[in-house]
Amino acid sequence: MATLQADFTLPLRAFALGLSLDVSGTVALVGPSGAGKTSVLRVIAGLAEPRGGRVSLDGESWFDAERRISLPPEQRRVGLVFQDYALFPHLSVRANVAFGAGGSPVDALLERFRIGQLASASPQELSGGERQRVALARALARKPAVLLLDEPLAALDAHTKTEVRHELAELLRELELPTLLVTHDYEDAAALADEVGVLVEGRLRQLGPPAELVARPRDAFVASFTGANLLRGRARRGDGALTSIRLESGEDVYSADEAEGEVGVVVYPWEVSVARTHAPDVDSALNVVRGQVGSLVEVANRVRVRVGPVTAEVTAASAERLALADGGVAYATFKATGTRLVPL
Amino acid sequence: MFAAAATALAFLLFPIAAIFARVTPGKLVAQLSRPVVTDALVVSLKTSGIAQALVLLLGTPAAYLLATRRFRGRSIAVVLVELPLVLPPAVAGIGLIAAFGRFGLLGGTLDTLGIRLGLTQAAVVIAVAFVSSPLYVRQAIAAFEAVDPNLVAASRTLGAGPVRTFFRVVLPLARRGLAAGEALSFARGLGEFGATIMFAGSLQGVTQTLPLAIYQEFDQDFTTALAMSALLVVVSGALLVALRLTLQWQPSRPTSRFLFAPSR
Repeated sequence: MATLQADFTLPLRAFALGLSLDVSGTVALVGPSGAGKTSVLRVIAGLAEPRGGRVSLDGESWFDAERRISLPPEQRRVGLVFQDYALFPHLSVRANVAFGAGGSPVDALLERFRIGQLASASPQELSGGERQRVALARALARKPAVLLLDEPLAALDAHTKTEVRHELAELLRELELPTLLVTHDYEDAAALADEVGVLVEGRLRQLGPPAELVARPRDAFVASFTGANLLRGRARRGDGALTSIRLESGEDVYSADEAEGEVGVVVYPWEVSVARTHAPDVDSALNVVRGQVGSLVEVANRVRVRVGPVTAEVTAASAERLALADGGVAYATFKATGTRLVPL
Repeated sequence: MFAAAATALAFLLFPIAAIFARVTPGKLVAQLSRPVVTDALVVSLKTSGIAQALVLLLGTPAAYLLATRRFRGRSIAVVLVELPLVLPPAVAGIGLIAAFGRFGLLGGTLDTLGIRLGLTQAAVVIAVAFVSSPLYVRQAIAAFEAVDPNLVAASRTLGAGPVRTFFRVVLPLARRGLAAGEALSFARGLGEFGATIMFAGSLQGVTQTLPLAIYQEFDQDFTTALAMSALLVVVSGALLVALRLTLQWQPSRPTSRFLFAPSR
């Protein structure tokens, strides 16, 4: 597979975007809105000109500040799928897909994306999922060497999203194109990409396989962004091998990581158990946080429940058994080895 | 309130109705075959046609640049484009004479090139274009600004260069706004009087357009003046209807639906 190399700086309104990234396979950039994610795609597509750096595909220069190379978008072989899909409203579905096809027939593409029966429809008549398929087919019709996807799932409702995410993952596997996608949703990124980069205020905080980001978040932001609990506290070296952390709530928790001073205690929801009573003599988990049962959110067959400052993930059956929906007091427990300490 | 509305409406419609009420339709039509009328009609159509072709050819790229490029002095340029719109016609006429007239700023240059504009149809074309083009340009700016920049970007990433993108994406999406602006510009140009009579004179068969002919005939043959007025009412009315139809056509299309959308 080809490799897209991007290494550039671009001043934005509030900060300068600067990153260095090699894309082969699927890379997802995640970050809060306004982090500069879309600008990365615009720079690679040639829609925005960076101040310095290079963008190239397997040695073919698309942008090189030093050599004064800057190919216009139409000469870079990118397929860009816009967040709102940007379908041409004055053209039919077929004409949209054929726009960049250079005269080659598009029927096979229409069939492949199951939009053959919509060929003469106007984009305004389509559902969100259908629009996305038209946008993908249109981008692929120009036979791009690189695929860029801007929030490919954001415009879809929750029900459609799961299905489309699955289809998209399959498509990306089949295409074998270097693909860069940006999203604000870590779960989407983890589901679609081989590598995930966390972009905050124009800087890459961490780049790695999704599992690595979850297991070893480099900082507090990465941790909370990947879905972890982040409890603030003050760490001091304990007598044994463990570090004890006095939480803002006054409770002490322990971690196998070493740290001192202000830290964030990172613990993933699936590492946390919930109980109605606490029995220290029968529980190996060292950490206990007592709190009011807060909001319950169903995620597929699991339930995310808040106990005080901690979010735990339990099975729907457990949630029922513990009558968590009734509220009240509960104990969230997690092992010292299941926590990570990150600097704040 | 209803009385006020009725009074206002009657006030606006009464003079127009009066044009048709004074003389029978048959007599009106008969007057239209007089040479002074046919000459003026030919001059009007010819000069308007050329002027509007120039307005479209030069005004469209100008409007597109003003709508899509950000440069120093852009907002000043947009205001200046609209200035002729609010200028009194007499001032426009004086300005044109001072610029292109025989003793004007460019008069000497034009003279050495062998071009004399006074009392020619070229002068009429210039006067008409000067007063009518701002109507088209300001509407075209609004229409181009209303085209989603993402659609332009999409077209570029799909392999279309700037020119192809303009003709295949921008122009089709802005066309209703452009048509509306052009209809207004055409109507304004057809009725042009002040600047034309000052800059080009009123020479039958050469520079005498319909409004100028009406002015000349009204103290000589009032019936002919009425007939020509009726003709202009019909033409203007047809333009207005065409304009309305253009604006209502495919209302779901995301181009400017506002005739006087403020240009940003």
